[in-house]
Amino acid sequence: MIAYLVRRALYALPILIGVNLLTFILFFVVNSPDDMARMQLGDKRVTQAAVDSWKQERGYDRPLLLNSAATGTAQFTDTIFFEKSVRLFAFQFGTSDAGRDISYDITQRMWPSLAIAVPVLLVGLALNISYALLIVLLRATYVDLASTVLLVALLSISGLFYIIGGQFLLSKLLHLAPISGYDTGINAWKFLVLPVLIGVVSGIGAGTRWYRTLFLEESSKDYVRTARAKGLSELRVLVRHILGNALIPIVTGVVVILPLLFMGSLLTESFFGIPGLGSYTIDAISNQDFAIVRAMVFLGAVLYIIGLMLTDVSYTLVDPRVRLQ
Amino acid sequence: MPLIPVMLWTDALVFILLALGVGFGIYAAQHEHLRAPWRQVLHTRTGVITLLVLSSYALLGILDTVHLRLKLPSTPATAPAQYAPEVVSLLDLALHGLRERQEKTYSAPLATHLFTKEVIEQPDGTLRRDYPRLLHGGRHLTAPASERSADLFWRSLRGAVKGLASWALLTGGILWLIARRRSEPLAQYWLTLRRSPHLQPGRTALITLAVLMSIGFIAAELAAAYHLFGTDKVGEDVFYQALKSVRTGLLIGTLTTLVMLPAALLLGIAAGYFRGWVDDLIQYLYTTLNSIPGVLLIAAAILLLQVYLANHANEFTSAVERADLRLLFLCLILGVTSWTGLCRLLRGEALKLREVDYVQAAQALGVGHFTIITRHLLPNMLHIVLITVVLDFSGLVLAEAVLSYVNIGVDPTMNSWGNMINSARLELAREPVVWWSLTAAFIFMFVLVLAANLFADVVRDAFDPRLRQNEK
Repeated sequence: MIAYLVRRALYALPILIGVNLLTFILFFVVNSPDDMARMQLGDKRVTQAAVDSWKQERGYDRPLLLNSAATGTAQFTDTIFFEKSVRLFAFQFGTSDAGRDISYDITQRMWPSLAIAVPVLLVGLALNISYALLIVLLRATYVDLASTVLLVALLSISGLFYIIGGQFLLSKLLHLAPISGYDTGINAWKFLVLPVLIGVVSGIGAGTRWYRTLFLEESSKDYVRTARAKGLSELRVLVRHILGNALIPIVTGVVVILPLLFMGSLLTESFFGIPGLGSYTIDAISNQDFAIVRAMVFLGAVLYIIGLMLTDVSYTLVDPRVRLQ
Repeated sequence: MPLIPVMLWTDALVFILLALGVGFGIYAAQHEHLRAPWRQVLHTRTGVITLLVLSSYALLGILDTVHLRLKLPSTPATAPAQYAPEVVSLLDLALHGLRERQEKTYSAPLATHLFTKEVIEQPDGTLRRDYPRLLHGGRHLTAPASERSADLFWRSLRGAVKGLASWALLTGGILWLIARRRSEPLAQYWLTLRRSPHLQPGRTALITLAVLMSIGFIAAELAAAYHLFGTDKVGEDVFYQALKSVRTGLLIGTLTTLVMLPAALLLGIAAGYFRGWVDDLIQYLYTTLNSIPGVLLIAAAILLLQVYLANHANEFTSAVERADLRLLFLCLILGVTSWTGLCRLLRGEALKLREVDYVQAAQALGVGHFTIITRHLLPNMLHIVLITVVLDFSGLVLAEAVLSYVNIGVDPTMNSWGNMINSARLELAREPVVWWSLTAAFIFMFVLVLAANLFADVVRDAFDPRLRQNEK
């Protein structure tokens, strides 16, 4: 098991190098640092001196790959590639183009992201699974038919409308929760209720449909027929046999997204003004802060790979047939 | 010539896509194993209805894809022809009235007065603050307060009658043609159509068509004299914006797939068929691309495009061209982020198929790799491609709105539902609320995505061999 994990971690290394090279090419080769500086400083009427000083302040004035002016290892380390890309492997994100420490920002902002993402995941999971079980229990009735229609309709509504509609209805008309904002510590709960609620509701369509398919697939298998033939009640068959066996894809599907919860939700956070990593990313994109975008790309890739590894591990835990070697 | 055609990049791709679609249609019509699932799609009620709804969207999109520049009226008849710098589409010409009728600022749907108060000069010279009459919406009414409801009612009625009349003409024509081919009298065919259980889909299609045409004609009748969905901040007709956005939504949903398809097919099949280091390399490639969060990759690419556009501003003759390039680029980059799923599916299928007896036999007989792939593997994977394409469509339409909100979507000057939502979002904070831009975008998007989702379900049921076996 340990040996397998170590090997998987080693496999992850080339992928991270690939991600890093790709971002390096996108940000420094396709567009030179000069282009970035001009864009930041305001297009055409910028003097070369202003561009140079902008680059120097942020350390973009080094050569790309090989510094021929330096000697020894500094030939390779005193370059943009080493300073801006290789350092990411040690999680040294450096400073943003606006001059803030990115690592500090990330550690500060990941908690609000988690405060929304975790409740949305848990409540959504419980709600979707119980609703899907109910549909399967009442299959081939009007409840089933009406639910199918309802789920497709819910699925077809853009996420933006859930947020805008929810804010408008619950905050503006009914005054049940503040429209947006955030508070520290335990006082944050009243700002979290609405985003969590909207997050759960907007996930019902896709989630319940997926679990319903899983359960229906499982319920057409032979062991279910045996269970029914033994005279077990329908509810017991459903919960003990169908749900028990459907847990394998459910657990592995949840585990793979667990690490990405840190990244937060882009839309929800920026609409509700929550200072998490999602709104951090959005702000970086709209301020065209390339340093933060690079850091988030790398962080996202790391978390994704961790998610893949966790999935493999969780397979061995929930499915005794799977052995890792 | 009174006009010169203009071919934008995306237009060319749409025409290629249409040609491919028609070609595939003709090919499928000649092969029974391809025709059967389509027949199954058309024999479900949902399949027929959604296909008609999607086709009406597609019609709007295609009309909006034929771009041209009109000839300017030249004063001396002998002077060389001058063409307007503005690029317009056939849809623009058809909606000429909607495009021209600008108000000053916001007005509610079907309103006769502006949404904001202004100082109006009375005929006797005094000044008064009130809601001024609109320049175009309900202009023909002399006493709007009392006449408006009746006018709206009669116009809707007239629209419905016109719609049903044209529907009757169209239906009559189609039925007459079918009856003639079957060499039956029209009346007798009509009776068969009404009773025969085999013709149920035909009846559904005709009823759907009647509903669609009535809605279309009522909307046209109302939009001719009012602003059906009101006007936005600068007084532009919201209904016109929503109609123009259809093309953007459809393009993002379809072109993205078109540009990603060759890569996904080639790499997916190569990985599964050749295995070994080819497989390793391709798996590495798509895991790497997959591990970058999609939004960030799109953001990075769009930011870079913006830098490029800022530095090469002189290379584009018009804003339309620049917006078009950005749209194309967006489709490309969305394709890059979304081809991995299809590639993985195809790889799995190729791994399975290469062990099948007839492929083994072909290999033993010395058939070349290329022939095996094109003759034996590809035809057996087309259903996966088709199902993925249809399933992805609705997700891509929804993604456009989200990306436009983050400002990494289509060009801000381009009509799109995302841009409509984005600009209407802040207006909800006004008192009283300006809700119509949002509502219009919501309705148009919801109908399209709902139809696409339902259609995708029907297509999947018809084409997926696993599901087909379950039924038997």
